[in-house]
Amino acid sequence: MTEVPPGYFLALAGLLFTIGVVGVLVRRNAIVIFMFIELMLNAVNLFFVTFARMQGNLEGQVLVFFVLVVAAAEVVVGLALILLIARRRASLDVDNVRLLKW
Amino acid sequence: MSLDVLVFGTMFVVTLGAGLAMLFAHNAVHVALLLVLTQIGLAVAFLLQGAFFVAAVQIIIYAGAIMVLFLFVIMLLGVDRREALDEPLKAQRPLALALGALLTAQVLYVAWQGVDLAFVNGGEAAIQEVNSEAGNVLGLARVLFGRYVLPFEVTSVLLIVAVVGVMVLARRIQTVSPTQEADAQQQTETEEVAV
Repeated sequence: MTEVPPGYFLALAGLLFTIGVVGVLVRRNAIVIFMFIELMLNAVNLFFVTFARMQGNLEGQVLVFFVLVVAAAEVVVGLALILLIARRRASLDVDNVRLLKW
Repeated sequence: MSLDVLVFGTMFVVTLGAGLAMLFAHNAVHVALLLVLTQIGLAVAFLLQGAFFVAAVQIIIYAGAIMVLFLFVIMLLGVDRREALDEPLKAQRPLALALGALLTAQVLYVAWQGVDLAFVNGGEAAIQEVNSEAGNVLGLARVLFGRYVLPFEVTSVLLIVAVVGVMVLARRIQTVSPTQEADAQQQTETEEVAV
């Protein structure tokens, strides 16, 4: 086990989560936005593992598996939706998807 | 400086650097590959904290399966070209950066508070004990199939729903009715005879 205090791992996880948030806000390609959402999920996994280490039980590590299953299901459905959008219009730019905008 | 600190420092720089580079990469394929690098760095972070099985799963499922799916869709759609990073909405980018700076400040403040947080329930010594006695996998299995067996079963329902949903979403609807098909077949047969 490492002697690095858990606070540094928490800082890394938080910074990665922030990068994910900024990426979702800044980028316009639907697939790239989706990858930043994956980055946020990964950062949360690091939080869980670090908290498991701080708490001294394995429940945090088990929670990572649930996050993983939800992420896999989300990726499959999301990529299918992106495929459908791409089939209908040539670009994946999310600014172009504004049919419901008044 | 011990080896642990060295490994952590390298992992920290590589992971954060790859994450930041994701923001500035023009090409969707580059973003995907940088995300793989970030995930491998996170797997090292899991290893450092005694989560051996989670680290293996992270590499196999995230960096392996899920990212291959992403790359497959990127190539299938042919969006692996250079993408313009300029923003048509004027206020959005400054607002996003301001929000990001705010979040960063909050995260660093909270982490600074948490550096000296006490370990509870024996802290990492307890995890070390489980890992060395029963093994990480056995310890995880005891928790997963003991206390969390109902949520575990519910996730199987979630996966089934996702698979069925994607099949309904992605199939192309056949609009040809059986009679039309028969007509078309008859027509080709007569054409063949005519030839």
